[in-house]
Amino acid sequence: MSPIFYLLAALTIGGGLAAVLLKNLVHAALATTVAFAGLALLYLELDAQFAGFAQILVYIGAVAILIVFAILLTRGSDLPKDSVFSRTWAVGLVIAAAVFAVLAWAVLQSLRAVPQQMAVPAVTVHDIGNALVGRYVLPLEIVGLLLTAATVGAVIVAMHEKERPKP
Amino acid sequence: MATSPLFTHLDQIFILLCDWLVGFLPAALRPAAGVVLGVVAIVCLFPALFALTTVFERKGLGRIQNRLGPNRVGPFGLLQPIADGIKSLTKEDVVPLSANAAVHFLAPLVLVVAVFMGFAVLPMGRNMVLVDMDAGLLFFFAMGAATELSVFMAGWSSRNKYSLLGAMRAVAQMISYEVVLLLSSVAVVMISGSLSLPKIVDAQNTYTGIFPHWYIFTPWGLAGFVMYAIAATAETNRSPFDLPEGESELVAGYHTEYSGFKFALFFLGEYLAMFSISGLGTTLFLGGWSAPFSFLAFIPSWIWFFSKVMLSIFVFIWMRGTLPRLRQDQLMNFAWKFVLPFTLLNLFVTALWRFMGEGWLRWVVCSAILAAAYVLMGRIGMRSEHFGPRRYRYAE
Repeated sequence: MSPIFYLLAALTIGGGLAAVLLKNLVHAALATTVAFAGLALLYLELDAQFAGFAQILVYIGAVAILIVFAILLTRGSDLPKDSVFSRTWAVGLVIAAAVFAVLAWAVLQSLRAVPQQMAVPAVTVHDIGNALVGRYVLPLEIVGLLLTAATVGAVIVAMHEKERPKP
Repeated sequence: MATSPLFTHLDQIFILLCDWLVGFLPAALRPAAGVVLGVVAIVCLFPALFALTTVFERKGLGRIQNRLGPNRVGPFGLLQPIADGIKSLTKEDVVPLSANAAVHFLAPLVLVVAVFMGFAVLPMGRNMVLVDMDAGLLFFFAMGAATELSVFMAGWSSRNKYSLLGAMRAVAQMISYEVVLLLSSVAVVMISGSLSLPKIVDAQNTYTGIFPHWYIFTPWGLAGFVMYAIAATAETNRSPFDLPEGESELVAGYHTEYSGFKFALFFLGEYLAMFSISGLGTTLFLGGWSAPFSFLAFIPSWIWFFSKVMLSIFVFIWMRGTLPRLRQDQLMNFAWKFVLPFTLLNLFVTALWRFMGEGWLRWVVCSAILAAAYVLMGRIGMRSEHFGPRRYRYAE
């Protein structure tokens, strides 16, 4: 574990915590963006260029914008009167801890299940592209179709009917 | 032809200069020092170019509007940017009382940093690229995506209705045209088979007779370049797509509440984005640093790169002086109903070009498809669009 890893981990966790703890919704959204950026840098630190840049392009370029737009177009950015914690925070804490435990268990198991690989496979963007349009082309198409259907559905739900001219 | 030592020295003068300077340091520090020197060069060069471009733009707009432009400071007004710089440094930095101070402060910084990052992967001459990344193009677009957030931050944190409206417009426009920008670049990636920008330039740096193999000289490349240029103009908020800061309706859009040096930073960020997007267009379609004719290859490569970039900047200024501003609904209609379908079709044509093999047949087929699509969608299809007063579907 290099010092760079600790710096990036601190950035990511700090962004995540700020996203949960800040009162102002837009500030929370911007803090989430910091966490996204930290994750992208972690990918780059692991030499996964494609995952890192895709993370920046999709999460900072699109998802963060989507979040702030959703905040602005719905409730506005008024500050909540009371505390940022809901009354059922204890339940949330239990669920979060359980999820974390399961993930940690799975990660630790995988170390034992997969024998230690000495050579890290060098995966270039070129290889990922070939795999995506070669071996995994069907799942890719299905995901594309699903997203298109979701977009069309969202437009239909959002668009109100035009009033017909009365005869 | 172009292998004499003098040519090589002139062509590689910046690389040699960098090596010479770094040579004074102990060997352990040399790689890091080389990178730092490259970064310093970029951070100094492009703002200097920005200063020159402001004079150039004001002069050019002046000529187009039949007036003289700045001519008081220095010879031909060339020292005007220094006067402007001192003015913006000495101005009071006004932050509105209800503004969100932290976000208001961060927005211009995020913009300038994100824009500067894009220059890291642009090949500005033979061997003159700061980071030769396997996924350079992806990196460039990832950095471009971060600028949208800074525009939103500026607009929202100002607590001003004009700022917020301008930011919303800017973000909507940038997201719509970013799709086109990406898809028109994908065509180049499909042909050259690489996301690395130096490799894309190398693929174009060959000649038939005296004529170069630039991608703009192919049917799909020409269509892709036109779409790229439209999207690039919209992406940099330049006229005729300058409605995020349309001064007659929104004061100055998202930077209404910025003054002094923070405003200068926004200005800088906008022009740097113009440079970097022109640089990318040059690299993708105009052959990057390669010479336009094979007998002109004796001129150093970096001169060609910067001439092409400055030529694109001139076209930007020319359009600003010529075209009126679009309306928001026209802008969106144009993006989603014409530019995007046409770019998708261009991807198909590019694939056809790739798999039809050499020969004249692919020139005919590809040109015919694109011309037919342009006439059908752009001419006949747009005739049915009525350009009357706007109907407000969601705001009645």
